[in-house]
Amino acid sequence: MTRLRAGALTYLHTHRHAAAWSLLGPGMFWLTIFFLVPLLIVFAYSFMKRGLYGGIELQFTLESYRRFFDPLYLDIFKRTFVLSVLTTVICLVIGYPMAYVIAGSGKWKDILLFLVILPFWTSLLVRTYAMIFLMRDTGLINTWLMDLGVIPKPITMLYTEPAVVVGLVYGSLPFMILPVYASIEKLDHSLLEAAEVLGARPAVRFLKVTVPLTLPGILAGCLLVFIPALGSFLGPDLLGGAKHMMIGNLVQNQFGAARNWPFGSAVSFMLMGVVLISMLIYMRVQGREALGAMGGP
Amino acid sequence: MKRRLPGWLVALTGLGFIFLHLPILVLIVFSFNASRFSVHWTGFTLDWYLKLLDSPLLLRGLKLSLIIAVAATLLATILGTLLALALARHRVKGRQGLEGLLILPIVTPEIVVGISLLVFFTFLHYPLGVSSVVIAHVAFSISFVVVVVLARLHGMDRSLEEAALNLGADEVVTFWKVTVPLLLPGIIAAGLLAFTLSFDDFLITFFVAGVGSSTLPLVVYSMVRLNVSPTVNAISTIIVLASTLTVMLADRFTRSRTALPAGARPKAAATLPA
Repeated sequence: MTRLRAGALTYLHTHRHAAAWSLLGPGMFWLTIFFLVPLLIVFAYSFMKRGLYGGIELQFTLESYRRFFDPLYLDIFKRTFVLSVLTTVICLVIGYPMAYVIAGSGKWKDILLFLVILPFWTSLLVRTYAMIFLMRDTGLINTWLMDLGVIPKPITMLYTEPAVVVGLVYGSLPFMILPVYASIEKLDHSLLEAAEVLGARPAVRFLKVTVPLTLPGILAGCLLVFIPALGSFLGPDLLGGAKHMMIGNLVQNQFGAARNWPFGSAVSFMLMGVVLISMLIYMRVQGREALGAMGGP
Repeated sequence: MKRRLPGWLVALTGLGFIFLHLPILVLIVFSFNASRFSVHWTGFTLDWYLKLLDSPLLLRGLKLSLIIAVAATLLATILGTLLALALARHRVKGRQGLEGLLILPIVTPEIVVGISLLVFFTFLHYPLGVSSVVIAHVAFSISFVVVVVLARLHGMDRSLEEAALNLGADEVVTFWKVTVPLLLPGIIAAGLLAFTLSFDDFLITFFVAGVGSSTLPLVVYSMVRLNVSPTVNAISTIIVLASTLTVMLADRFTRSRTALPAGARPKAAATLPA
């Protein structure tokens, strides 16, 4: 028996390298060719001259990066940043208590978690449409408020910045709840009891023990909300309209109607840069473990 | 948690859940409303669902979406599962680089993925259509498959495989008779996730579909841009029900208890949508 096992182990050992590569090869090939290489091409395009009918001309220029400082675009960058931060803060304020309650909900936990995960799997397009259905001038909210005599004429909700934020919060709240929930779950309750025994009031206990201990979850949640918000397209497109463009809409516009591929590429890369910097800061704070399930054997 | 939750906190959470789910519920209810132009309830009807059958654009979109999602799911699930096996079972040289490559699709904003693939296909003069969409969908779902399958692999009891080897099964037999059956729930859950990611994707498809291969989300998007109509509510309801069914199935598979220690469950659930 032991000999057999030793034999198997030797087999595994000698073939390990080839086996690993035959497993890794196809997936790595796909990701390199169809993910990494396209990103690198976009990076190169951002330094090229704009082609007449879309596309590029092979000529090096920093023109696209210079355009960043056009007040028109600075405005869009600023709006994107402000609305994304606002979205993140609101998600934290709503999501933290929800995660806290779910963690303490006993037999309800499974079903509540399911209710948090469900929106993840529901098409963002459909969810954004639901927001339009509720918020437009002849939408459900306005119609009901008018029927009840609360308001004489419809309140304009759609195509405003608050509408965009509501849509973004609606779309990304689960991304905040899940990581915060995971960190509250892991909380060592003896520490809370110690604080209680030592006379800390509930509010103090929460601020001095619970919050610091769940900080990793809070950070992860903020990152998971903030990054997609920065790159969001559907929310500002359908709920904000042309007047309230965010970076995602600007990029789409440059590759669509405006036909300025180099500038679109440069903006994409700036977005990518912000994302990577946020990731690096996050990893610095949390250590590599933070990225989750990819740890080795 | 033994501590009792304060009432206001529970009430706040209730409001949060209402905010998360009421809009879709309202949307569904009004897909059965007889009135075409107003949101006053004027009676129950299935007309809007029957109307869907009259729209060749929607039906074609649905067909394309299904074909693309099945193809992308098969490819992404196979490639992702192989990657997960390599990561969990082998000492891989350049592991950090590989992990970086896997994290990239999870963190890259969709809009950037979309335009980079558009640029790539245009660069190669590769025609935009069903095949470019499948390529794109596989590229962005592989990483999610890896995360789900890895979670399952880490929760698996290795002693079962060792026992098989001890009892004289060779590596190949052990793999097919022990590893694969144990891993199957994870693989199926990953496949369901990949299917939903592909079926629901709007933004990336928007850039790489080209003219004439509008998937269901693209058709719905152009309908939504035009106007709000009960037909959109009806197709939305169908899309929502399909994804609810998928997530319920996936939930069953990630929660099946065989060889998954209780502690690993919430973690697996949390990594699901990553």
